[in-house]
Amino acid sequence: MEQLRYEAPDTLEAAVALLSGESGVTRILAGGTDVLVQLHLDVIDTPLIVDIKKITELREIVKDGGAYWIGAAATGMELMNHPDFGADWPGVLDGVQLIGSIQIRGRATVGGNICNGSPAADSTPAMIAAGAVATIAGPNGRRDIPVEDICVGPGQTSLAKDEILVSFALPARPANSGDAYLRFTPRTEMDIAVVGVGVNLTLDGSGICTSARVSLGAVAATPLLVTEAADALIGTKIDAAALDNLAAAASAAAKPIDDKRGTKEYRIKVAGVLARRAATIALDRARQG
Amino acid sequence: MARQYVTANINGEEIDFLCDPSQTLLDVLRDELQLTGTKEGCGTGDCGACSVTLDGVLVCSCLVLGAEAEGKTVETIEGMADGDELHPLQRKFIDHIALQCGICTPGLLVASRSLLEHNPNPSETEVRYWLAGNLCRCTGYQNIVTAVIDAAKEMRGN
Repeated sequence: MEQLRYEAPDTLEAAVALLSGESGVTRILAGGTDVLVQLHLDVIDTPLIVDIKKITELREIVKDGGAYWIGAAATGMELMNHPDFGADWPGVLDGVQLIGSIQIRGRATVGGNICNGSPAADSTPAMIAAGAVATIAGPNGRRDIPVEDICVGPGQTSLAKDEILVSFALPARPANSGDAYLRFTPRTEMDIAVVGVGVNLTLDGSGICTSARVSLGAVAATPLLVTEAADALIGTKIDAAALDNLAAAASAAAKPIDDKRGTKEYRIKVAGVLARRAATIALDRARQG
Repeated sequence: MARQYVTANINGEEIDFLCDPSQTLLDVLRDELQLTGTKEGCGTGDCGACSVTLDGVLVCSCLVLGAEAEGKTVETIEGMADGDELHPLQRKFIDHIALQCGICTPGLLVASRSLLEHNPNPSETEVRYWLAGNLCRCTGYQNIVTAVIDAAKEMRGN
């Protein structure tokens, strides 16, 4: 194994320069709950780790009006302890609260959860459903992309080697909005999703769904944004027929593999069942809000 | 690259140490500082045997680099008893026979102390969820949960 270099710059520019200047494989260290496992298991041989936790902007959780900016290195526990976040985005918090254990959530970040590139990451479908926009910094400045465009395959992201995820923006929510994330696992804690579903929706004054986003995890090579499933809800009162159509669209969009956690057929079925349940929770939350 | 020079507050004492950039905090505690109360189970954050607090936050020390401890406060099992006087959680673990082989015990005690700092009166369900990241293969958990609830009761003063 190559001798490892650890750097903890306090500016984004310095962090980008370090990544640009290294020709070998690099790793960005936020919570470390995936990167240190990769190091321990010798999955990666990297000459450089850049710890981004000393960069203030990346640690902040800012609420401005109804909108949020979440630094890429803010931990799950920091989001759970935020005074308003759980009430404003309960579905995103559903996902965050399912990541690992208390010990893991004390370190793990939503930014890392998404950049680790697992199709089964618990916070990703909820963030996709929420319409989160990611800001990415690189040598040529900053760019914004929808969060669903980050993961492009298992363990793969669309970020260049010298780009760093800075933050997520979550829009202010209209009245009567609700979101939810559900995953299916054999155990309630310390498990990896067999299927995950995030649903985010908004109702008008008469209870008709005016906008919706639905995202599936662990049923394809990447988390999916499923517009057909959202279309099944929009324009309806989210009645039994709409929920049937939602479930059918979610199952149709699922393209899972067989593995030790579940068969392909089972995951396709569960995607529909969970989509229906998550939409029902999101609907209840929208009616309360 | 040269070894990294790190200063941290460990169990109330300012300590400086040298570590390789690839060494975890767990490696540093055990191999450099001889604080071997913290155990290595899985090394991948699944078992909680290496639990410590870092600036008051419960973490797996196997998933923290030693270099990351610079300027931080680390509390391990060695800092739990007050001299010869055991912490109430330690006494209750003995009273309720909440251990058998003992390798998970330091991590469970550190995690339980962190729980009671956040929630002095946890329900059984809250104890079980908080300790879900600490695996014990001997006890079946029942006596551990009983000990934590009993210690919480004593620490609340009733």
